Amino acid sequence: MSSAIEEVLNRYGEGGRDQLIPILQAVQEADGHLSRAAVMAVARHLRLPPSKVFGVATFYNQFRFQPKGRFHVQVCRGTACHVKGSAAVLESLKRALKIEAGQTTKDGLFSLEVVACIGACGLAPVIAVNGEFHAGVAPDRVTGILNAYRRRAK
Amino acid sequence: MSTIEVNGRTVQADAGEMLLAVLRREGISVPTLCHMEGMLPTGACRLCVVEAEGVPGLVPSCAFPVRDGLKVQTHSPRAVQARKTIVELLLANHPDDCLYCARNGDCDLQDMAGELGVRQRRYSGGHWDPKVDLSSPAIVRDPAKCILCGRCVRVCEEVQSVAAIDFVGRGTGARVSPAFHAGLNVSNCVDCGQCIKVCPTGALTEQSRFKAIFDAIHNPAKVVVVQHAPAVSVTIGEQFGLKAGTDVAGVLNATLRRLGFDQVFDTSFSADLTVMEEGSELLARVANGGTLPMFTSCCPAWVDFLEQEYPDMLGHLSSCKSPQQMLGAVVKGWWARQAGVDPANVFMVAVMPCTAKKYEAQLPNMLTDGDPDVDAVITTRELARIIRMRGLDLATTEPEGPDTPFGERSSAGKLFGASGGVMEAAVRTAHFLATGKELDMPRMQAVRGLDGVKEARIDIGGTSVGVAAVSGLANARRLVEEIRAGRSDVQFVEVMACPGGCINGGGQPIRCGKDAIKARMQALYSIDRDAKLRCAHHNEQVKRLYEAFLGAPLGERSHHLLHTTYGARRAEY
Ligand code: SF4
Ligand code: SF4
Ligand code: FES
Repeated sequence: MSSAIEEVLNRYGEGGRDQLIPILQAVQEADGHLSRAAVMAVARHLRLPPSKVFGVATFYNQFRFQPKGRFHVQVCRGTACHVKGSAAVLESLKRALKIEAGQTTKDGLFSLEVVACIGACGLAPVIAVNGEFHAGVAPDRVTGILNAYRRRAK
Repeated sequence: MSTIEVNGRTVQADAGEMLLAVLRREGISVPTLCHMEGMLPTGACRLCVVEAEGVPGLVPSCAFPVRDGLKVQTHSPRAVQARKTIVELLLANHPDDCLYCARNGDCDLQDMAGELGVRQRRYSGGHWDPKVDLSSPAIVRDPAKCILCGRCVRVCEEVQSVAAIDFVGRGTGARVSPAFHAGLNVSNCVDCGQCIKVCPTGALTEQSRFKAIFDAIHNPAKVVVVQHAPAVSVTIGEQFGLKAGTDVAGVLNATLRRLGFDQVFDTSFSADLTVMEEGSELLARVANGGTLPMFTSCCPAWVDFLEQEYPDMLGHLSSCKSPQQMLGAVVKGWWARQAGVDPANVFMVAVMPCTAKKYEAQLPNMLTDGDPDVDAVITTRELARIIRMRGLDLATTEPEGPDTPFGERSSAGKLFGASGGVMEAAVRTAHFLATGKELDMPRMQAVRGLDGVKEARIDIGGTSVGVAAVSGLANARRLVEEIRAGRSDVQFVEVMACPGGCINGGGQPIRCGKDAIKARMQALYSIDRDAKLRCAHHNEQVKRLYEAFLGAPLGERSHHLLHTTYGARRAEY
């Protein structure tokens, strides 16, 4: 177990089951994602079966189970972006990266996350890569945007 | 008492009772999916909805307490239409492969669709083609057939306190799965099969390996030996329309021969052998200050559970192998040579009420000198399937006896099929071994019946021994915790993972009610009541085996063939 996780569990002490979500949040904060080892450690700590902890964690969009990629892509699926076609943008991102939302590409370069509203409705449909906003993204622009980051990584 | 009106008829009900219970008592059938007898209602599936006067919307009868003057319509057009729509939605992404499904003809979903008159696909859901989980030696999970009723999740957590599976994800992405979408083999599943018994569809079934058995039967070089467990003969009749609790042991012997098995033995024989070994072990532990209480070890799901959850308590487990394994070991380790057969050519098949026995048979510590004691395990359900495949009919088959020497059994061995039975059988023999006198107790009422926890005190040669028989792993967990915390008034604990014991095992018929389980239990008690040979230590063939080969219980040969060791085990997701 990483010391970061250990530190979180120590901080929460002998808490009850109601501590599950705050602990998961703190572990993700410290570790960037919820690894299997982390889920197992939390389960042991709270004396809960791992299936329960995993079940609860997967119920919430906020938890991710793979480390973030070097470029973390957030796709806004809020109302304004939806109206402007963000579903198609998400689809083309998934296809281009060959991953689902919540996952990370094998080379560790990109990870994909769906967010509710990013607060930039005027730019809809919008995506953010490591916090850089791309406005009015059409599905066919996705590859170009990703390639720009790939070049940056070289 | 409340008086209510159902479909215009006056009906009496207890105040506060759930409406569904009243309807069932009155013989009014309303389909249910998430409802589970004896558990708190969740009201999740809405299939049981009915119309209640003065209540807006439909109400779920499983979670609707009756009150005086209540008026309900169970089959109003609105209620029926609502149910039908629910089933149609469940079918929207269900694979339409009933013909190829293990549950064809034995499926709640199929029945409901039929009863509600679903004749066409009105909704089409997204295509989903998940992998079937074949990783476990005992349980197969086909997520495509899962309708998310949650029954397996509840049994596994509430009855077994294992919680190997749970809901994962949400909304249209929700699934039932072990943690991390892992295979059951690496999860903490103990292969008890209780989830199979409650699953309304073919999403959970047992691993079937018929081919290996048929190959052996058709191979002239192989001597195929079969054993049937105590619970099987009082159950399998149900699958052929006989009344629950009918004992068909003789017909079963005859049928197994017709299927091509060369030798038909009775696992109750090796249950008697287990009693000799385990009774002696108990007395030795008492005499030598060994670890007490001693836990029985004939239920592999329980052994697996203890190895995973309480490795510090493994010293309590009897070192005896289970009757299934013992019989395999003496068939290959002794009988074969006596019969002039090369043990390598013996193929040992076990018919069990159990799925965990499939797991047990393939364990590395269940090999003797590198060869498995038991080569293949099939459940009661699978045997019924094989019998049907061969077009045999139990009703018209004349009974036959089992083969010697391992066909002889005491009724004590037969009692192994019910919770409390191992205890009762072992105590009879332990008493005799300790005092040279028979236990003056025709039956141990305190450890009989379907209760999950049964305790008693008995006197063995002046020593008062506390005994407990528990079934359902949640009950076992509670008792183990008590013992770990210092409880010291029990010396002998019997655990069976399945509620009520093997008669309600994970390999037994699906969709049977509590009455059938009671009837099977009663059948075992009747066999014991009427038997002349009621104690393991009077089984002539057991005595002969000791004289001719084993020596004394707990002796060197017993140790080699009939005993085993345990080790901590942890789910490795
Ligand atoms: S076999 Fe038993 S332990 Fe395994 S998932 Fe099913 S109910 Fe749970
Ligand atoms: S596997 Fe079967 S019992 Fe479990 S949720 Fe799915 S349909 Fe229900
Ligand atoms: S059986 Fe009543 S809601 Fe499922």
